[in-house]
Amino acid sequence: MTFDFSGKVVLVTGAAAGLGFACAQAFVTAGARVVITDISQAALDKAVAELQGEGGEVLGLLNDASKSADVNALLDKIVERYGRLDIAVNNAGTSSPLSDFHEVAESEFDRVLAVNLKGVWLCMQAEIRQMLKQGGGCIVNMASATSRNTYPGAAPYVTSKFAVAGLTRTVAVDYAERNIRINAICPGNVATPLVLSMVEDLSVLSAKHAMKRLGTPAEVANGVLYLASDLSSFSTGSLLEVDGGWNAI
Amino acid sequence: MRLKDKVVLITGAAGAIGIAAVKRFSEEGAKVMLADVNLESLQPLVAQLGADRAACVAVDVTQPDQVENMVRACTDAFGGIDVFVANAGIEGKIGEIIDSDVANLDKVLAVNVRGVWLGLHYVIPVMKNGGGGSIIITSSGAGVKGAANMVPYNTSKHAVIGMMRCAALECTQYNIRVNTVNPGPIESRMMRSIAEGFAPGGGDDFNQKITAQTPMGRYGQPVEIANMMVFLGSDESSYCTGSVYMVDGGNAT
Repeated sequence: MTFDFSGKVVLVTGAAAGLGFACAQAFVTAGARVVITDISQAALDKAVAELQGEGGEVLGLLNDASKSADVNALLDKIVERYGRLDIAVNNAGTSSPLSDFHEVAESEFDRVLAVNLKGVWLCMQAEIRQMLKQGGGCIVNMASATSRNTYPGAAPYVTSKFAVAGLTRTVAVDYAERNIRINAICPGNVATPLVLSMVEDLSVLSAKHAMKRLGTPAEVANGVLYLASDLSSFSTGSLLEVDGGWNAI
Repeated sequence: MRLKDKVVLITGAAGAIGIAAVKRFSEEGAKVMLADVNLESLQPLVAQLGADRAACVAVDVTQPDQVENMVRACTDAFGGIDVFVANAGIEGKIGEIIDSDVANLDKVLAVNVRGVWLGLHYVIPVMKNGGGGSIIITSSGAGVKGAANMVPYNTSKHAVIGMMRCAALECTQYNIRVNTVNPGPIESRMMRSIAEGFAPGGGDDFNQKITAQTPMGRYGQPVEIANMMVFLGSDESSYCTGSVYMVDGGNAT
């Protein structure tokens, strides 16, 4: 264990699988009390059981990040249980099947933006209200290598991730002098359920990265923990790339 | 410990960020070779860390033979190089292009750009032979934003981002990662010198202006930069290459 989050209260949204689960796992290993959310109760139960099996103090809460009432109730529950929220990882996200832009249904745009952008917006609002009350906190948003780069046929997803980067930087400035640090992480492709739902042939994805391989969930979690830790105390409004060199090409 | 018994070579080791990097890498278990044009100022730190954990070498990073000698000194002392922090840099004189002499431009680019290139040129083969490594170049907030009266420095710090990206692409085949760390305003001799250049004798006003421009409302500490260098030097960042890592209190927003 290289990071120490003993006693910290950490929220990771969309954490039943993929990168969110890896982050939750890393925080558990580092001694944090971790609240995970997801939209699937079955998936949540399985993730909670696995994390508790690793000795973690974990609370699973069903939550749809795109619904403000849901998000506000989530923060109430966290504060009721632990009295505070030190770190929030706004990870819940979704994607669309790859498609020509002119054929993307309006409903797909609405659905993807609702989770990936409005969800981050709503979560940050609720989290920041609590963090202001307690005198500070730290937020890490899940952006993407496609917050700066493109991906053919993925307009809704890429649009949402560009937006998360802008939102992160803007809000970071607003709270920089109120002891709330807000940064985003920009992962390259990792073989998560979300990525597999968009692209079947992973060799295509590997070629996008200078390292010619996909990342691992743990590699992304390392970056998230760095941004959540005091090691990054002078970092706010920054985008931390963990992308195997995609961004340099 | 993130870097137990790894060998770290740091140029500009006598500067504020260099010293912080030496200390942080050492705390994480690394053996550190300190390099600077000013050898005498390195010796107390080496004595403090112990001869088995640290050594120092004089280098003018603009001179190929001296850079080659520095790399050899590191491999002779510690058997290889796992992490190279290309940190040596100078700020040059403050002034408008029309009032500046080209010698100042040449001098800044020689240290900040040619010096980094020479470091890469001699370090990469050592890392390649050793099976890999991590290279961290100190760029700056000035590497991503313009600033009037700071042409040589800004140009140099932009240039090393381009150099880093190309080097990263060349080096994945050797399992070497290459990134930049971009500090915002840091409490250091260099920032005090820049303040003096902008406002001779009136540094306080300059400092207030910088603080006001920085969302966090303060200067950073050298250790806050060194922490990012440790992250990028360690295996925790194993999927990070070819990127720019801002540590700037939100300045680039």
